[in-house]
Amino acid sequence: MNDFMGRKVSYSSQMCFIPEESTNSVPCYRLLSTHGDLLDPSSINELDKELCIEMYRKMVTLQVMDTIFYDAQRQGRISFYVTTIGEEAINIGSAAALNATDVVFSQYREPGVLMWRGFTLQQFANQCYGNEYDLGKGRQMPVHYGSNELNYLTVSSPIATQVPQAVGAAYGLKMDKKDACAVTYFGDGGTSEGDFHAGMNFAAVLGAPVLFICRNNGWAISTPTSEQFRSDGVAIKGQAYGVRSIRVDGNDALAVYFAVKNARKMAVEEFRPILIEALTYRVGHHSTSDDSSKYRSVDEIEYWRTRRDPVARLRMFLQSNRWWDDENEDLLRQDLRTQMMSVLHNAESKKKPGLSNLFEDVYDVIPQNLKEQEQETQAIVGKYPKDYPSDVPLD
Amino acid sequence: MRAAAEKGHTSAASLPGIPRASKLITSAVAAKSEATTSSPSTKPGHEVLLFEALQEGLEEEMEKDPRVCVMGEDVGHYGGSYKVTKGLAEKFGDLRVLDTPIAENSFTGMAIGAAMTGLRPIVEGMNMGFLLLAYNQISNNCGMLHYTSGGQFTIPIVIRGPGGVGRQLGAEHSQRLESYFQSVPGLQMVACSTPYNAKGLMKAAIRSENPVILYEHVLLYNLKERIPDEDYTCCLEKAELVRPGKDVTILTYSRMRHHVLQAAKTLINNGYDPEIIDIISLKPFDLYTIGNSIKKTHRVLIVEECMRTGGIGASLRSSIIDNFWDYLDAPIMCLSSQDVPTPYAGPLEDATVVQPPQIVKAVEQLCQ
Repeated sequence: MNDFMGRKVSYSSQMCFIPEESTNSVPCYRLLSTHGDLLDPSSINELDKELCIEMYRKMVTLQVMDTIFYDAQRQGRISFYVTTIGEEAINIGSAAALNATDVVFSQYREPGVLMWRGFTLQQFANQCYGNEYDLGKGRQMPVHYGSNELNYLTVSSPIATQVPQAVGAAYGLKMDKKDACAVTYFGDGGTSEGDFHAGMNFAAVLGAPVLFICRNNGWAISTPTSEQFRSDGVAIKGQAYGVRSIRVDGNDALAVYFAVKNARKMAVEEFRPILIEALTYRVGHHSTSDDSSKYRSVDEIEYWRTRRDPVARLRMFLQSNRWWDDENEDLLRQDLRTQMMSVLHNAESKKKPGLSNLFEDVYDVIPQNLKEQEQETQAIVGKYPKDYPSDVPLD
Repeated sequence: MRAAAEKGHTSAASLPGIPRASKLITSAVAAKSEATTSSPSTKPGHEVLLFEALQEGLEEEMEKDPRVCVMGEDVGHYGGSYKVTKGLAEKFGDLRVLDTPIAENSFTGMAIGAAMTGLRPIVEGMNMGFLLLAYNQISNNCGMLHYTSGGQFTIPIVIRGPGGVGRQLGAEHSQRLESYFQSVPGLQMVACSTPYNAKGLMKAAIRSENPVILYEHVLLYNLKERIPDEDYTCCLEKAELVRPGKDVTILTYSRMRHHVLQAAKTLINNGYDPEIIDIISLKPFDLYTIGNSIKKTHRVLIVEECMRTGGIGASLRSSIIDNFWDYLDAPIMCLSSQDVPTPYAGPLEDATVVQPPQIVKAVEQLCQ
C-alpha cells in the first residue's frame, strides 16, 4: 500500500535531500519594462485606457499626499507618519483589481487601497491630526486608518496579526457564500511572524477565499531580507502550505493589477487562498522615527527612487501611448498640492475629540467603573486646566 | 496545637499525629444527592451536568442565530475535550463548528476577523492556559479594535475553556488565566460555577456585543443541577448572592464557591452566619452587590484560586478599599494560591489550592 493518511507516497532507494535552494528561482511576472514599454505590445488591446489613467492619477495622489504629510511631520504639525513611497503600484494596482465588497486587512503601508475606494484626502488628514472628524475618534496613531463603510479594517500596529483575521473574515464569506474575498497585506518582515505561518496553513486547510499580498520591499526597518529568511523570497513558501502563489514585479502597476485580478477570481470561484509576492523597494524610511541612511547606502535609496520609480514607469507607458502628457502632469500635481495644503490647514484647525471619547467604545455601553474614572479625570483636568492641553474639550 | 495562620497564608490547621493530606478535602464537586444551590426557577426543569448546560446554551444560541459559530481544536466531530460541543458538528455542519489546526493565536485572530465582519464566534481554548499563545490577539486586537476604530467595528466574540487547578494536570495545564487577562481593557470576564449560571452566562456572553471571556473550571464539568426548561440568561455584570448572612462577606468564584459552601457547613454549625457571594463577573466587579453586603457585615474574606500576586483577589481588595473603606471593621482577608507553579504530585497540588478548613479558620479569625 503506498498511501499515507490519504496521500500517495513514492518510495525510492535513492537517498535524496530536497535542496535548500532551487536552481531556478520563482519567475517574476511583469508586463512593462522598467522604461514603461509593454513587453507584449499586442496586449494593449486588453487594457482599459480610462482605468490606466485613473490608476496613474491615484498613484500620483498617493505620492503627493505622502510627501506633504511627511514634511508636515518634520515640521511638527503631525506627530508621526509612515510613507508608502516606492510602493504606489502595489497599493493602487491591487486596489483597482478588487471589488468594493472585498474586505481588506492591511498592515500600515497600504493607504492607497483606502484611497482608491474613496477615502478623501481630508479624511486621511483628519485621522493624522486625530481631530473630532477622525473616524477613529483620535484614538489611534497616524496612518492607522479604518473605514467600515469602505470595508477596510482599522489598522493595528502589531505585525501580521491581521493575517489570521483575514482568514476568519474569509471563513465568514465562505459560510455566507458571498461573491467577495478577504485580502490581507503584509511586508517581508511580517512573513516571519507565527501568525503568517498559521494563517496560510489554515486558509489552505479551510479553502478560505483570501488573498495574501506580500509587499516584499527589501527591508524590515533595518533588517534586509537576507537576514529575514533564507528561502527564495516569499512566493516559494506557498507550495509548502498547499497555497497557489505568484511572484510579481511590484513596481509594475499593470502586472500587479492583472495578477490580483486573476488571483481574486480563483479565490472566489474555487474557494482557495492565493499568495502574491510583489517585489518592490521601500524608498522611504520605515517611518518618521527612522533614518534609514544609518543602515543602508544613500546610493541604493537614490537608485530606486529615481530609476525604479513605479509612478514614473506608468507615466512613461501612458505618455508613450499619448494617454497622458506633461500638461496633464503639471496640472494634476499643482492641483493636488493646493488641495493638500487646504486639507492640512482644515484638519489642523478642527477641535480634538472631547474627553468623554477617552472612555467610550471600550465597551458597547460605558460601565460604572469607567463612568467613575471619567468623573475623576474630568475633575482633575477641570481643577488644573493649565497642566492639560487647552484644545481638548472637557465633555 | 493550632497552627497560627498568618493573614492571607494558605496553611491548613493540623492536629498532631494526623498527616495534613488526609485533613484536606479534595473533592468540592457536590455529590449527586446534593444540589449546590437552589435554582431560582419555580418550574420543575430538567437535570443536567455542567458541561451539558454549557452545550445546551451553545446549541440554543446557534439555533437562534445563524451567525453564531464555534472554532477550536477538536471541537467538531470529537465533540470537544470536555464534550461541551458534543453533537454540534453533526447538527450544524463542519463549517459552523470548525476544527482548527494547533495555532491558538491564529484561530483567535481568525475569530476576531470573523467577528469584525459579521459573525459571532465562540473560541474554545482546549485548556485556558493555551490561550496564553493568543495573548497578542486578545489584548492588542480583541480588547482594542472597537475602541481604536472609533466604534466602527465590534468584536462580539466569546472566548471560553477550562482553566484552574485540576486533578494532577501539571503546571502548564493548571493556570488561572483570569489573573493575566484582567488588565486588558475592552474585555469582559465572567466565571461560571453551577450548571444554572453556566448556561445563563454562555447565552448572555454570546448575545453580548463585547468580547467576553467565559472561565470554566476543569473540575466542575460534572456538577449536576436541575435547571429551568425555559429560555433564560444570566446577567454578565451581576454577582450571585448564594447565601445571605450577617457576620462576614465571603467573596468567591468558580470552584472556590464550592469550597466556601463546604466550609460554610462547619461555620454554621459553629454559630457563624456568613454571607456568601459568588462574584460571577470578574471584570467589571459588581460593586453594587458587593458593597451592599459589606455595608451589612463590615468584614470581608476573599477566597480565590488565583496566585497571591496580581490575581482577582488583589484587584478586588483594592476596589473594596477604594469604595468601601469606611464600612470595614477589619482588614480584608484574602485566601489565594501561593506564587508557585502547580506541582504534579497530588498532596502538593492540594496544598496549593485553598481548602475548606482554611476558610473556616479565616472566618473565625476575621470575626474575633
